[in-house]
Amino acid sequence: MKYVDEFRDPGKAQALSREIHALVATIERAKRQPLQIMEVCGGHTHSIFRYGIGQFLPDEIEFVHGPGCPVCVLPMGRVDDCVALAERPEVIFTTFGDAMRVPGSKKSLLKAKADGADVRMVYSPLDALALARQNPEREVIFFGLGFETTMPSTAMTVLQADAENVRNFSLFCNHITIIPTIKAILDEPDLRLDGFLGPGHVSMVIGSAAYDFIARDYGKPITIAGFEPLDVLQSVWMVVKQIAEGRAEVENQYGRVVPRDGNKVALAAVAEVFELREFFEWRGLGSIEHSGVRVRQRYAAFDAERKFSLPNLKIADPQACQCGEVLKGLLKPQQCRIFGTACTPRTPLGALMVSTEGACAAFYNYGRIDTSGLSASKVTKEDQHGR
Amino acid sequence: MDDKASVNRPASSRRLRTLRESHVNLSHGSGGKAMRDLIEDVFVAAFDNPQLAAMEDQAVFPFAELALHGDRLAFTTDTFVVDPLFFPGGDIGTLAVAGTVNDLAMSGARPLYLSCAMVLEEGLSIEVLRRVVASMQRTAQLAGVTIVTGDTKVVERGAADKLFINTAGVGVVPAGVSISAGNARVGDAVLINGTLGDHGTAILIARNQLGVSCDVASDCQPLGGLVAAMLAACPDIHCLRDATRGGVATVLNEFAESSNVAIRIDEDALPLREEVRGACEILGLDPLYLANEGKLIAIVPGEHASAVLAAMHAHPAGKDAAIIGEVCAAPAGTVVLSTGFGGQRIVDMLVGEQLPRIC
Repeated sequence: MKYVDEFRDPGKAQALSREIHALVATIERAKRQPLQIMEVCGGHTHSIFRYGIGQFLPDEIEFVHGPGCPVCVLPMGRVDDCVALAERPEVIFTTFGDAMRVPGSKKSLLKAKADGADVRMVYSPLDALALARQNPEREVIFFGLGFETTMPSTAMTVLQADAENVRNFSLFCNHITIIPTIKAILDEPDLRLDGFLGPGHVSMVIGSAAYDFIARDYGKPITIAGFEPLDVLQSVWMVVKQIAEGRAEVENQYGRVVPRDGNKVALAAVAEVFELREFFEWRGLGSIEHSGVRVRQRYAAFDAERKFSLPNLKIADPQACQCGEVLKGLLKPQQCRIFGTACTPRTPLGALMVSTEGACAAFYNYGRIDTSGLSASKVTKEDQHGR
Repeated sequence: MDDKASVNRPASSRRLRTLRESHVNLSHGSGGKAMRDLIEDVFVAAFDNPQLAAMEDQAVFPFAELALHGDRLAFTTDTFVVDPLFFPGGDIGTLAVAGTVNDLAMSGARPLYLSCAMVLEEGLSIEVLRRVVASMQRTAQLAGVTIVTGDTKVVERGAADKLFINTAGVGVVPAGVSISAGNARVGDAVLINGTLGDHGTAILIARNQLGVSCDVASDCQPLGGLVAAMLAACPDIHCLRDATRGGVATVLNEFAESSNVAIRIDEDALPLREEVRGACEILGLDPLYLANEGKLIAIVPGEHASAVLAAMHAHPAGKDAAIIGEVCAAPAGTVVLSTGFGGQRIVDMLVGEQLPRIC
C-alpha cells in the first residue's frame, strides 16, 4: 500500500539496525549500563511491540515506556465520574472506544453500558454533537480525553455547539497536557534517562519548539518521531547519534507532519475554549501541577463538570500496582509483581494494562516472547518477580 | 414451456395460500390461520421440498440414506443477529445457511439438512422477509442442502431487532476422516482459502458510522464443496475451522492451544485485499481479528500441503488460497507472527471486542 509500505521496508530496517549497532559500539558509557530512551507516546509503545522493533536494537538500548497513553493515566475517580454521568437517565454518554474498558473503582463504562446506561462509542466529538442535534430531549455528554492531539477537535466542537446554540451538549473534560508531565518526569531524583522519542501527533499541534527546554535546561537529546516502524528506528538512530556525538538538541524526524511552531489554528481554538487547571491527578504518577485543562467560564454552558454535580472522589490506585515505577522506567512491565497474574488485559488492575497503547498491555499482547530463536516459552516466573 | 414449468412445480404449491398483509404482525405468530398463511406463502413456497411441504412437526429421514455418505452424524446450530440485515456480498439469509453449513463442513462432513427458526419483530416488512428467505434458498442450493423443518415466532416491536434466525444442521462424516483442533503436529502446514477480513470490513462499512467508504463485499459463502475437494486431495487433514468471529487469530490460537504446539505465520503470506488493509490502517484494527464468513483455516501434513493447495485453487471458494505458516514445537500454545518488517510478535486471543484507539 502506498505511503505505508515505504515505511515498513525490511531492508532499510536492517540497514538502520546495523548503523545503530555500530554507533552504540562507540559509546563508552553504554558498556557499563544500557542507554535508556523514553518513548513518551503510547502510539510509539504500540508500534515498538507490534513490529518487534526491540529485536533490531542492541542490548545496550532500553526503551522506557512513557506516560503518553491518555487512557492509561486516567485516574479511577474520573472513571467513576464518567459512570455517574452515564447512569443519569437523561444522558447519552459518548466516548472514544478504548476508554470503554478502563476500570473505575466499581465498574468500567463497558459494564455501565451492560447495566443499562446509554453509552455510545464515537470516532469524533462531532459525532457526539450530531447525536445531540438528533436527540434534543436528551443530554449528550462527550468524554473529552487525550493530550494536545485530541484537544483541538474537542475545542472546535464546543465552538461549533456554541455557534449553533446546541444546549443539550456538554463536555466532560479530561484533557491533559504533555509538557508539564515531561518536566515532572525529568525532575524525578531517581531518574536516569539518556534521551527521548518525542510524541508525533501531539507535536503536530504544539510544534517542535515546545521541547527546547529538554535539550537546553536538562541536557537531554530528543527526536520527534513518526509512528511507522522505520520512523521509530530512524528516530532511535538520531537520538543515539546525538548521544555518541555529545549533543543535546531537539531534532524532528517527523518533519512530514510536525512544523516547528505547531498548528496555529488548532492552538487558537484550544486557547479560546480551555484554561490550565492548577493540578490534575494522573494514575500512577500522582498529582501534577498545570497538567490538565478545563473549560473556560465563557463556555460554562457546555461544561459537564459545572452542569452536573459529580462524586469527584479521589480513589487510590490498587496497592499491588506498580504502574508508577513502570511509567518512570524504574521497572519493566514484566517486572511488576502482578504482571500477567493478577493483572492481565482481561482483568486489568493497573492503568498500563488497560489500553493497547499501555506499556503492559502492549508487552502482554505482543512482547511475551523470547526472540532468541523462539526457543523459550512465554515470560518466565523469574522475569515476573526478579527486580 | 409453461406446461413444463407447471409439471415441475411441487404438488404442495397448488394449495398455497397467499399473504395479504405487507408487514408482519403479532397474529403471524399466533399459531392460527395468519401464521399458516405466512409459513406457506413465504417459507414453504421458497424452500420448496416435500419434507417441509408435508407440514409435520419434524422431518424424518431413513438411516440407510444417511449411511451412503459416511459412518458418523455431524450436528450443529448457530444463531444469526447481524445488523444491517443486508450488506454488500450477502444478507442475514446467506449467513444463516452458510454459517451452519460451514460448521458442519469443518468436521469433514457432507452437509445435508438444515432447520430454520425465525424470530420476527412486529412491523417487519414481508418483502424484506421474502428477500431473506430467497437468499437462504439460493445459498442452500449452492451448498447442496435442504431446509426441511422450521419454526416462526413474532415478538412485539422493540423486543427483537427486525429479524433473528437460528439454523441447525445435520451432515454425515465420511469414514476415515478425523478432523480436530487437537490434531496439529510439528511439521504441518497452515493454509487459508482466501483473503482475510472481508466480511468484518464490509459490515463495518455498511453500518455507515465511520464516514469511510470502500468497495469490499462480504466473503459469505458455503464451504462444503471446497472441503470435499480438499479431502479428496488429502483425507488426512488434521485441523479445519472456519474463521468467523474473532477471525484467523482466534482459530490459530485455538489450534495451538488444543494441540499444544506453536503456530508460526508469515505476515507477507497472508492474503489481504488492499481495501481491507487500508480500512484497518485508518481505523486502527487488525485484520487477523476481523470476522470472515467464507474462510477456513486448514492444518495439513507438510508433505500434502501443495496437493491440498492445488485442490483449493481449482475450486471457486479457494482460488486465492495460500500457505500462511507452519506448525512448530515451541513456544507451545502460542501463535507467532513474523512481521513483514522483519520482527516477530505474539498473536494472542482477543480480549473482548476490538475497540478503536483514541489517536
